[in-house]
Amino acid sequence: MTLQESGTLIEVEHLSMRFGGLVAVDDVSFAARPREITAIIGPNGAGKTTVFNCITGFYKPTAGRLTLRGEQEFLLERMLGHEIGQKAKVARTFQNIRLFPGMTVLENLLVAQHNKLMRASGMSIFGLLGLKRFRDAERAAIDKARGWLERIRLVVDADRPAGELPYGAQRRLEIARAMCTDPRLLCLDEPAAGLNPRESAELNELLVSIRDRDGVGVLLIEHDMSVVMRISDHVVVLDYGRKIADGPPDAVRNDPAVIRAYLGTAVDGPDA
Amino acid sequence: MAYFSQQLINAITLGAIYGLIAIGYTMVYGIIGMINFAHGEVFMIGAFISLIGFMICAGLGISSAPVAILLVLLTAMAFTAVYGWTIERTAYRPLRGSFKLAPLISAIGMSILLQNYVQLAQGARPKPAASVVQGGYTLFSADGFDVRVTWLQIIIVVVTVALMAGFSWLIAKTPLGRQQRACEQDMKMASLLGVDVDRTISLTFVMGAALAAVAGMMFMMYYGVVDFFIGFLAGIKAFTAAVLGGIGSLPGAMLGGLLIGLIEVFWAGYFTSEYKDVAVFAILVLVLIFRPTGLLGKPEIEKV
Repeated sequence: MTLQESGTLIEVEHLSMRFGGLVAVDDVSFAARPREITAIIGPNGAGKTTVFNCITGFYKPTAGRLTLRGEQEFLLERMLGHEIGQKAKVARTFQNIRLFPGMTVLENLLVAQHNKLMRASGMSIFGLLGLKRFRDAERAAIDKARGWLERIRLVVDADRPAGELPYGAQRRLEIARAMCTDPRLLCLDEPAAGLNPRESAELNELLVSIRDRDGVGVLLIEHDMSVVMRISDHVVVLDYGRKIADGPPDAVRNDPAVIRAYLGTAVDGPDA
Repeated sequence: MAYFSQQLINAITLGAIYGLIAIGYTMVYGIIGMINFAHGEVFMIGAFISLIGFMICAGLGISSAPVAILLVLLTAMAFTAVYGWTIERTAYRPLRGSFKLAPLISAIGMSILLQNYVQLAQGARPKPAASVVQGGYTLFSADGFDVRVTWLQIIIVVVTVALMAGFSWLIAKTPLGRQQRACEQDMKMASLLGVDVDRTISLTFVMGAALAAVAGMMFMMYYGVVDFFIGFLAGIKAFTAAVLGGIGSLPGAMLGGLLIGLIEVFWAGYFTSEYKDVAVFAILVLVLIFRPTGLLGKPEIEKV
């Protein structure tokens, strides 16, 4: 069983989420490992985003336990919103883009590193005095941001307002911003939505490099099966709030329950 | 011409004071979308703390005006900032996430509470303040009319410009300012990126209150008299300035403050001083009808 394996990054146990009479997530358990891309797929309304919202503290789960493992263990369902990002090191993106549109591309990446900067700058007071410690921290933050801008090929746009970037670039910037928080777990909600095939291929590359180069565990909600099947190491399938399949992509692709859930259409070509 | 120049100098001085208060309104609105109606009272408290500060300075025998002004300025900013922090902590934060009118009602309650508190603690009679800075400089004389700019007016404008420049820099360049702008644009996302939203909001109130304290001190020195009710009118006028400039916009608040100062002084100078407040509030009505986003404000974009 995956749950007993030592190399677990996040363990979701018996997660349920009810809104009034509606059961959005019903007793879902799965685990995701570090340095792996775990995809969560399922038809619309299957409860995928609800699972994300529970993990990132937007919802308090009705029942169940969410454990982030590692050197230190965190029970995510008991933490406040900003603690999940700050202490447990879980980052996420949304289906709709939520950059800070009025801030520059660089500033978007710096906000994500503000914890370190705020500590070094003594709530900006040392920053006002121009202390060396603060200047060093600021330089390190800018270097890191530049590194990410190079990886997502947006260096020349560093000083443009993020809201002016083309859609695909905004998507990449959102992922880079999430990565600037030094996450251990990165949750991406439909990152390929609305991308053209070329942008989608770039995104695959970026996600694979985040897994292999940065060693971050990725939890991915995606409708685009070409993305899911190509890059994920592990796939969890939800339908009507329940888990119907869980395993490597090839096994899931041929699972009869999965094919049924997608209305009999082939898994590699559902209408996304 | 001479009369006009004199009015202009007076207007800029007054505008500087309104601008400082308006920043507090506009920043709080920008970050949590509420009008902090107790902000005028924070200004009034700043004025009272300054008055007490100058009396203590006189008692301690600090006779040098620049030293006294600097000491009182810093003390007033610090104490008033504590008021700002406390108001947010007790009256607004518990209501965050409640229905939209709740903090607004709480703000009005807080405003009445602070007025009454000062009335009881300091008495209802207007308090005269000894003038700390005297004298001035005669720029030119024409038509038998001396155009004078007092040292106090110069101090007010210089301090205001310096504070506004420093403040704009703080918002534009420091991690704290970035954090505030991030909270302003998407509070939930900022929180997910690890920004402590509650602390950022507290700091916004603290900064607004510190600037209001400076305005209070200037007002006290300029008019030479304070009472527990000065916060109401000055607060509403600064609010008008913030709306005129475009609420939520920092340069807008400064510009709005200046314009309100100009309107008030010129109306009083050329028409009738009884109706100067009417002129100011007519502007509020006109702006709200014809240009609700103000001069420099951005149109409200519905957040998804």
